[in-house]
Amino acid sequence: MALTADDVARLAGLARLHLTEAECAELAPELDIILSSVDQVAAVARDDIPMMTHALPLTNVMRDDVVTPSLTPEQALSGAPATEDGRFRVPQILGEDA
Amino acid sequence: MTEILDYDDVLESFDPAIGLEVHVELSTASKMFCGCSTTFGAEPNSQTCPVCLGLPGSLPVVNAKAVESAIRIGLALNCQIAPWGRFARKNYFYPDMTKNFQTSQYDEPIAHDGWVDLEVEGEMFRIEVERAHMEEDAGKLTHVGTSGRIHGAEYSLLDYNRAGTPLIEIVTRPILGTGAKAPQVAKAYVSHLRDLMRALKVSDVRMEHGSLRCDANISLAHKGAQELGIRTETKNVNSLRSVERAITFEMRRQGALLLDGGRVKQETRHFDEATGTTRSGRSKEEAQDYRYFAEPDLVPIAPSAEWIEELRATLPEQPVARRKRLATEWDADELAMRDIVAVGAMDMIEETVAAGAPPQAARKWWVGELARRANEGGVELEELPITPRDVAEVCALVVSGELNDKLARQVFEGVLAGEGSAREVVDARGLAIVSDDGALKEAVDKAIAANPDVAARIRDGKHQAIGALIGQVMKAMRGQADAGRVRELVLEELG
Repeated sequence: MALTADDVARLAGLARLHLTEAECAELAPELDIILSSVDQVAAVARDDIPMMTHALPLTNVMRDDVVTPSLTPEQALSGAPATEDGRFRVPQILGEDA
Repeated sequence: MTEILDYDDVLESFDPAIGLEVHVELSTASKMFCGCSTTFGAEPNSQTCPVCLGLPGSLPVVNAKAVESAIRIGLALNCQIAPWGRFARKNYFYPDMTKNFQTSQYDEPIAHDGWVDLEVEGEMFRIEVERAHMEEDAGKLTHVGTSGRIHGAEYSLLDYNRAGTPLIEIVTRPILGTGAKAPQVAKAYVSHLRDLMRALKVSDVRMEHGSLRCDANISLAHKGAQELGIRTETKNVNSLRSVERAITFEMRRQGALLLDGGRVKQETRHFDEATGTTRSGRSKEEAQDYRYFAEPDLVPIAPSAEWIEELRATLPEQPVARRKRLATEWDADELAMRDIVAVGAMDMIEETVAAGAPPQAARKWWVGELARRANEGGVELEELPITPRDVAEVCALVVSGELNDKLARQVFEGVLAGEGSAREVVDARGLAIVSDDGALKEAVDKAIAANPDVAARIRDGKHQAIGALIGQVMKAMRGQADAGRVRELVLEELG
């Protein structure tokens, strides 16, 4: 099933990307090519081939519960556009009523 | 003003269904995916690093202790443990997470299909646990503006110390057939989880600190209906009492709506502790689309059967069984056990009894005097600077007659003030009971001489007057006398 411009607009909304209608229309067939390529791979993979999400067959890579040094608050905040009282300052959140 | 229906009327027309999502913050030393400390109350943003700040190029690594705790919790909830499972990204845009996703688990939770049996007012209920999965906590938002809430806030401030703290989310299947007891069953379930987490020593489960948080889904179905009604989700119900109140209120609110021919709106609601009501929060007009996908930066968790069995062997006695056993051993009725649990004295009493104290006395001191002092000091009972051994020592001194209850209280005061062990306080303060009859007789004679009216009444057989004289003698002896012995001596003189 071909990806439509509406699908792209919806995905863009979820990903907080501002795309114009023209851009959505242009991207739809391009993304469709990528998806159909994935479909080709999926068609080859039979039920006996497990789904893979990692390139390496590793499991249980874990660390001990040991505290390691953190950044200082100054370091942590050094890249923030705005700070106040040692905290990150962000604009008014959404337009939601809570 | 929200319309509400009488509780009895709700039950006449509807069957409630409840579902509970409980988040437990694990008490690991470090975060879920990085080595930052999880200590509560540190300076803002002093416990962060590139991983929990979601900086580009950083890579998470799973905390083994958190996985171990997750498995133990799963086993204690009678769950199956998944032999293989991945983490997933739950994508959303909100500044409490810098990454724009929360690392969680989606369709491969580490524990699933468990159950909990509860007894509520003599009736048994089985709560089915759908899943328990691992995830991370978010940062802490402070809304700055006139209202202190999101609405009307001019801007918000963020502290990411909590971001990345390991959480276990425990989700029940819809709980049906509880009828009028729905709120109590929910409360009993959360209370059970709290006891269980304590027994497992995986979380400090302080609801007031947010280390155990509950969201309650509630719906009503017309009696006999096959399908569940439309549910609301009440968020952050943060005390046991609130669980009961929030569910009761929602049942009454939804009941009024439905009987009036209205529809329940599927939405998130917030519980207001002050009024005992819920109010509408963010409405889910647009169904949330988190676009979950497998976390590519973490490899799957595949606990071996040996590891799972090893952890199963570390499970403590189930709280319900333990409570029953202790109630029998201590000869305590249900009400007494409730008091013990309420002040968090179960462990302390058990250890005090193990150190040789009579159960009755151990219970009395921990639930009474010591709980009162902990309450006054605003600390948990186990944080008081007194050990079960100290309390057992005091109990032994009372049993041997060296101390009475009043003196015992002074000994506790001394121990709590850091004056040493019970024995040391008794010696240093000279608190032992005067068992020398000579000194006692002298005090009794003085009291009689000073109160001829009282003495006369006692001579006339009015024994209830004796209390006044005993009081005087005890005062003269600075409390260091055995009141029973004083009574005998007074009666010897006047009886």
